[in-house]
Amino acid sequence: MIDNPVLRIIAKIIIPMILLFALYVQFHGDFGPGGGFQAGVIFAAGFILYGLVFGTESLRSAVPPAVLRLLIAVGLALFAGVGVITMLAGSDYLAYNALSEDPIAGQHLGILVVEFGVGVTVSAVMITIFLAFAGRNDP
Amino acid sequence: MLIEAVNIVLLALLAATAIAAVRLHDLFAVAMMFGIYSLLAAVMFVLLDALDVAFTEAAVGVGISTVLMLATIGLVGRHELPSTHRSLLPLAVVVATGAALIYGTLDMPFFGDPGAPVHQHVAPYYISQSPHQTGLPNVVTSVLASYRGYDTLGELAVIFTAGVGVLALLGLRRRKRPGKHRTAQ
Repeated sequence: MIDNPVLRIIAKIIIPMILLFALYVQFHGDFGPGGGFQAGVIFAAGFILYGLVFGTESLRSAVPPAVLRLLIAVGLALFAGVGVITMLAGSDYLAYNALSEDPIAGQHLGILVVEFGVGVTVSAVMITIFLAFAGRNDP
Repeated sequence: MLIEAVNIVLLALLAATAIAAVRLHDLFAVAMMFGIYSLLAAVMFVLLDALDVAFTEAAVGVGISTVLMLATIGLVGRHELPSTHRSLLPLAVVVATGAALIYGTLDMPFFGDPGAPVHQHVAPYYISQSPHQTGLPNVVTSVLASYRGYDTLGELAVIFTAGVGVLALLGLRRRKRPGKHRTAQ
């Protein structure tokens, strides 16, 4: 926990912006630079800034380790699950055309879900690694 | 002409940052140098029109890895122990490896050469077909998520494994008994 009021107030102001920007990068990655990986890292950076300024104990109560552990697996399962769905639809693994009647719509849906899976796992892993390292100095 | 000048300044700054990082003994300053190095690398990627890579370098290299290094420094202390070994053999290995790498680049096509093998293989197909087959304006996303979906799934599995490895080795649980066992753990 840092007692500097300037740092605390600035952090409170910019953390929502960081998270919002991460969501923009996540869902705008189809059109501009960015995608699931960058969005996941930026999203995690917002939480890590929270942990740096308000202490890892506060971060731990904001995102409980059990939730982090779950999210690490959920993202990868989303990505891999899309492949299983396309196989059930009678196509190849990760062939998104099978997700919809219209191949373009299928590609859009597949890429959106897959990128979201990447973002979830990446952000959960980054926060986990930060907590595992920085949290070791906790009393 | 301007872009060459910018490139030369950036490369000179990269070299200066790297030398400073090697020569400094305060690990906090070294971590900052690595952050600056990554930021300069991100600017280089922007100049090379690789915006997605620049984005990643700026977010991971400048942000996350600097924070992780600082967290580690918080655990191990911020001063480097004085070196006790001679550095002649490592210097010879580094010089030989560097010379071999530079020799290897002599065979490579020039930067931006349209006849380079990398621009002849599947890249023209992806660039010409991506708008019709995926409908996405950003070809990087369509290559990563759709054409090369298997590779990206594999990369995500690597990140997943890294997270599981850190959880297995360090864990997230708070230690029950701090104090005298602290340094032993």
